[in-house]
Amino acid sequence: MIPEDICNLIKARFPDAIEATVLDAARPYVQIKAESLVEVATFLRDDPSLRFNLLRSISSIDLLADNKLACAYDMMHVPTENRGDLLTTTRSFALRVVTDRDDPVIPSLAGVWRAADWHEREAFDLMGIRFSDHPDLRRILCPDDWVGHPLRKDYEFPLEYHGIPATTEYGLTNPRH
Amino acid sequence: MSWIENRFEEGLIVTSLDWAINWGRSNSIWPMTFGLACCAIEMMAAGASRFDMDRFGAGAFRATPRQSDLMIVAGTVTYKMASRVKRLYNQMPEPKYVMAMGACTIGGGPYFKHGYHVVKGVDLIVPVDIYVPGCPPRPEALLEGLMRLQDKIRRQTRAKSPMTKLKKTALA
Repeated sequence: MIPEDICNLIKARFPDAIEATVLDAARPYVQIKAESLVEVATFLRDDPSLRFNLLRSISSIDLLADNKLACAYDMMHVPTENRGDLLTTTRSFALRVVTDRDDPVIPSLAGVWRAADWHEREAFDLMGIRFSDHPDLRRILCPDDWVGHPLRKDYEFPLEYHGIPATTEYGLTNPRH
Repeated sequence: MSWIENRFEEGLIVTSLDWAINWGRSNSIWPMTFGLACCAIEMMAAGASRFDMDRFGAGAFRATPRQSDLMIVAGTVTYKMASRVKRLYNQMPEPKYVMAMGACTIGGGPYFKHGYHVVKGVDLIVPVDIYVPGCPPRPEALLEGLMRLQDKIRRQTRAKSPMTKLKKTALA
């Protein structure tokens, strides 16, 4: 199944959800509204012709110039049984949700794919995106008392942490990613 | 010790206390099993049969700080890990030695500029005796560091340094 077909299926089912469609990229994706994310994800997981049963990764993107944050959900269908038909081939697709940078809230997909739980915690930890209805939204990599979200482009390096000096020549300035 | 040698019956060896204790300490350095990152792989290789750290009496890797003499900090120390490293060091009995293995523990290494989470050198947390450079150091380099640590232990003395006494009298 080519990405156009998947896109058309989503469009037929949720006509208002799609904000943008990028199908000629290396990783084709559709950008959907945040409020319809859970519905679309559940549809992609459960529809018998799609059956995306694996959430490969959640990437968080800092669109500093537009004052936006984004999440890219990379999904994949893995055949669970060999039935000799088209369903046995793998396919992948991606969703993207763009949210406001000052108050970034995206509904959680932890109820759709269990894998989303830790991926969303990582996106919260490093990029500061809050996932509503997440079962356990804590930092996953940084210490609990860490200040700021390190992978944001305007993140400022700490100059000391619990008495350990952290000053470097870059610690005094903004890192240029 | 020449004036006292050969004055006793056979089988009795006379030596200095410093030499005997240092001989024992330097030839039974028990390291702690404590790997943080990729350097730990080289540390394991140094402990395995090809390089065989046990030739120097340092092959008995202990799984607890209470039984170990040497902490080989093998790998990137993050700020989250720093408090644990310090606690492990405090739990080791005296005399204790620390070896900073690899570029990360010496000065942050490749994370010096862009690593927001890496301690820029483990000597900011615990006192370091030996620095072993490399990314990661070869097992031979680790063995070299171990031998330099043995040299350091052999130079130790139980006696008070005459220099400190001189300094004290000079200050008084």
